[in-house]
Amino acid sequence: MKTVLKLASFLGLGLTVVPAFLVFTGTITWTIHATLMALGALLWFITAPFWMPHDAPV
Amino acid sequence: MASTPPASITERLDAINEFDRESVSEDALQGPGNFIGLYAGEHVAGTEFVIGPLFVAHGVAAGDLFLGLLVGNLLAVLSWAFICAPIATRTRLNLYWKLRKIAGPNLLFVYNLVNAAMFCFLAGSMISVAATAVGIPFDMTMPGLDDFYPNSIGWVVTVLLVGSVVTILAILGFKKIAYFSKIAAPWMFLVFVACGVAVLPQLGVTSMGDFWTVANEKIWTGEPLSGRIRFTFWHVMFFAWFANMAMHIGMADMTILRYAKKWHYGFASAFGMYLGHYIAWIASGILVALALQNASEVAPGPIAYLGAGVAGLVAVLLAGWTTANPTIYRAGLAMQTITPDWKRWKVTLAVGMITTMAALFPALMMRLLDFVALYGLLLMPMGAVIFADFWLLPKLGLRQDYAEWRQLLFSLPAALAWFLTLGACLLLNLVWDVEIFFLGLPGWFIATGLYVGLSLAQQRRVPALQAAAPTTNFLTEENT
Repeated sequence: MKTVLKLASFLGLGLTVVPAFLVFTGTITWTIHATLMALGALLWFITAPFWMPHDAPV
Repeated sequence: MASTPPASITERLDAINEFDRESVSEDALQGPGNFIGLYAGEHVAGTEFVIGPLFVAHGVAAGDLFLGLLVGNLLAVLSWAFICAPIATRTRLNLYWKLRKIAGPNLLFVYNLVNAAMFCFLAGSMISVAATAVGIPFDMTMPGLDDFYPNSIGWVVTVLLVGSVVTILAILGFKKIAYFSKIAAPWMFLVFVACGVAVLPQLGVTSMGDFWTVANEKIWTGEPLSGRIRFTFWHVMFFAWFANMAMHIGMADMTILRYAKKWHYGFASAFGMYLGHYIAWIASGILVALALQNASEVAPGPIAYLGAGVAGLVAVLLAGWTTANPTIYRAGLAMQTITPDWKRWKVTLAVGMITTMAALFPALMMRLLDFVALYGLLLMPMGAVIFADFWLLPKLGLRQDYAEWRQLLFSLPAALAWFLTLGACLLLNLVWDVEIFFLGLPGWFIATGLYVGLSLAQQRRVPALQAAAPTTNFLTEENT
């Protein structure tokens, strides 16, 4: 289960940054990029708390 | 009910830092990965949405920016690695306890007050940053780059609202927000990258080959906005070096690096510097250039919206909030020395109210470069005192931690080194027009020289006492 959550989290990070490069190359529009970024944020914040360690290092 | 007599300043300070007074034990030491994560997270924050745009406003040229940031951040990393970390890993003490031994508890009290005030203003600027994101859906009039006072009722209401929420959340649970901040960090860095890249076509960059031309002609043009001085390579380099002056040569990060297994974990600060103070500053500079080109608003919220839409707004809100939260907490710790009988929540509430009042003034955000430079400069001399006490005094046959040894409440050499250094810096600024960004370097040498000279004078006056106990020399310890 943790692996699935981690994969979803990294997908969220991917959705955050990859669309910007697709806008740069003219592959997608800015509006699609902004929508995908919002989706990426949602995915990251929903899944990351389930696997990121709680203990602060220092 | 019988009232307890008021405790002395020493007892108040000691009570607050009760659990930190011992050196870090061997089993609590951390590996390099923790420090990489910590520095990367801490330096990709709300301030990055303001500093990058301010470089553009100050008309820095593209070459000066890229090279200045490269060199300045390298110097910052070297300061962490060669000045702060070696002392932190040899003493295993936090700044508070090390300074207490050197300067005495009463001078430490003064230091804490200054520190608390600076933290309040810093947190205030972060609440301002967050408010620029919250205000967008309500069509709030955004503060401009030159606004000093609150510019609309909408701004006042939004800041009060954001400040109240941030304060209440800080009261409810600092640790939970610190954890949330940790989760947000990698995502936030990618938002900066995405924002910068996504708007490049709107500035005329359609291939990587265009970037440098557009960077020079439309982003970092070398032409400052009206009312701003022009920044050169030296401004950028010194600002990047000293943006965290209080942390590295000011030694505040002894508190973190005392947990490092090896002194060279200080190099982990490179992850904070080059991700946050290089890439994020460049990205936010690109965003503000687009805002200026479109004649739209230049506050953090609107420019992040230009780059990433709603996700950008969320990033600005979270960046401001998660940076303000630990800052309010730290300010609360320092303030607690004045009000020892107050509960933790009451201190946090008071700090939150001061911080929110400060946040009403957009000048705090729009003049962040000057404030950050001042903040570091005010605290830096005590870092120089620690450096001199640790490395130089034993070489001169003088005793380290003199205030502790003599049970002094107030170290005159440390106090004079602090205040005279600030006086000298003020003189350099007023008489020779040396800008605040350049004062840290001469200031550090002045503080070091003054402390060594004054310690020499102080300790030579009591040769009998000095002879009675040998000098502690950390240089001979195993963990070099």
